Amino acid sequence: MTAVLAKAGTPGAGLEERKEAGWRKRDRWSGLVFVSPQLIGMSVFVLLPFAVGLVLAFAQWDGLTELSWVGLANFQAQLADPVFLRSILNTLGLAMITVPVGLALSLLIAVALDRLRGRTGYLLLYFAPVMTSSIAVSLVWQQILRADGPLNEAFSTVFGIPGPGWLSDPRFVLLAVSIVTIWSSLGLNVIIFLAGLQGINPTILEAARVDGAGPLRTMLAIRLPLLSPVVFFSTVVAVISSFQTFDVVFILTKDGGPENSARTIVYQIYDEGFKHFQFGMASAASIILLILTLVVTAVQLGLQRRFVHYES
Amino acid sequence: MTTTLQKAPVRKVPAPIGRRRRTHSAKGSRVTLHVLLAVGGFLMVAPFLWMLLTSFKTLPQILANPLGLFPSPWNFNNYADAWQAAPFGLAYWNSIYICILTVAGTILTASMAAYAFARIEFRGSKFLFILFLATQMVPQQVTIVPLYMIFSKLGWVDTHLALIIPAVLCNPFAVFLVRQFIRSLPVELEEAARLDGAGRWRILFSIVMPNIKPGLAALSIVVALGAWNNFFLPLIVLNSENQFTVPLLLSQFTGQYGGVNYSLVMAASAISIVPMLIAFLIGNRKILNSMAMSGMGGS
Repeated sequence: MTAVLAKAGTPGAGLEERKEAGWRKRDRWSGLVFVSPQLIGMSVFVLLPFAVGLVLAFAQWDGLTELSWVGLANFQAQLADPVFLRSILNTLGLAMITVPVGLALSLLIAVALDRLRGRTGYLLLYFAPVMTSSIAVSLVWQQILRADGPLNEAFSTVFGIPGPGWLSDPRFVLLAVSIVTIWSSLGLNVIIFLAGLQGINPTILEAARVDGAGPLRTMLAIRLPLLSPVVFFSTVVAVISSFQTFDVVFILTKDGGPENSARTIVYQIYDEGFKHFQFGMASAASIILLILTLVVTAVQLGLQRRFVHYES
Repeated sequence: MTTTLQKAPVRKVPAPIGRRRRTHSAKGSRVTLHVLLAVGGFLMVAPFLWMLLTSFKTLPQILANPLGLFPSPWNFNNYADAWQAAPFGLAYWNSIYICILTVAGTILTASMAAYAFARIEFRGSKFLFILFLATQMVPQQVTIVPLYMIFSKLGWVDTHLALIIPAVLCNPFAVFLVRQFIRSLPVELEEAARLDGAGRWRILFSIVMPNIKPGLAALSIVVALGAWNNFFLPLIVLNSENQFTVPLLLSQFTGQYGGVNYSLVMAASAISIVPMLIAFLIGNRKILNSMAMSGMGGS
């Protein structure tokens, strides 16, 4: 901008131009200098370990004895291991329960709160679990879900039959983990959806109202389509984070649950790498997790075009 | 965006004809909505209430009356017992100072990188930015095994450096978010300072950062929450009890006492949760807006 003005023939033109040129020269370096802390961090703490992990996945190593190359054996062993296959199924199952249910509930709550007076009070209630450490809330839920805990006491009082062993019956453990996961992340999506709804241009809504659209029609035809980019983004994030479920499983089940019924891929990585010191096996499991994440995210990005409405 | 928590607009404009007929049922449905939301809200906080009530009971009280809500008599010993059974004070100190250093460092490095990506033309900036975004896709669990080896080479195992330095030096999400904030500022703001001969550093620190303070505050809250509640990394790198953060100490504590002494575990959980809940009650608007802002990618 200053260069353009200078060309108009003002007396200080030469000086301005030289200043600008010097500035640009320095920029070439200052750009890199400014980026360098994060660049170094990314290289040392993500790219390097990522590359090492790729290599380690093809080796057998316990951190002490000699490393030996085993080719695809780690992957073969993992994929032939019913425990690991179970952990993949559990991870996918968790995503399939927690993402749709969690997001649908959050969306309903956000829509309900959107036009409501006194919504801050409700937000406080719904958001409280997000603020608290997953460890502490898992401990509380562990007590609530105990076979003789308050939930089952209430259950048997109301229905007259004993409640299920939420944490001891293999059929229910994954459900228990899902409940805790949904409960603890619900508020985050509520606040994000609510912000999205509030950000909708009021003139669009006004136009719809003038055209005679009722509240339901406005919701279905205008607000939800306008919100769809936010919902899409939240879905991608929710799937990725459900693929990383660990804390809740670690506390609720301690060892992945009876018959590995709640063992997730990340729990498997932790188990192989830091309990059994099978670094190669853990790396292979982590690469399978990464591939799974990438594939599912790519599928979502592909579906995005069909379902997500972007304002042009 | 920032309007999330403002009061719903009071409609003084007379309702258009055709709406008036519906007001009666609208009122009814609003009451239903409040009831449903209140029930849902109660379910959300019920576990906390139950935790608090249980933490004031004795074990025999719990076993004798599992459905009884209120402790009788109230028993305050669990808190003292939990506090003495494990070094919660030390864990709090560890968590607090890790949190503060992580937030301060992240704000600094993320602002620097974000400013470069937003405003400075330098070779490779586009490629690097895309690389940053791509690394965000790699979950920490994927790199954890080699990361642990790097820590042990650096001598960082069982130290807080392993928690602070990587968090400060590698947060692509923070870089992305701050870049969004900076791009929303008019460039003219910087040009005046530039003409006065200010360099990039001075522009960043005395012009850009002060102007995106609300955004940086929001980011600080998100980073602080992440650092405070982080569990996976501390679990893997920390071994000695005096280095533990609050969530890690809590999980180890229950490893020893859990399954046996319910009320003691609930008191310990309350010790680790309640300060966060109080902080949330005090700063709720700011925190909620911050989470909304970062959750939508700063848009």
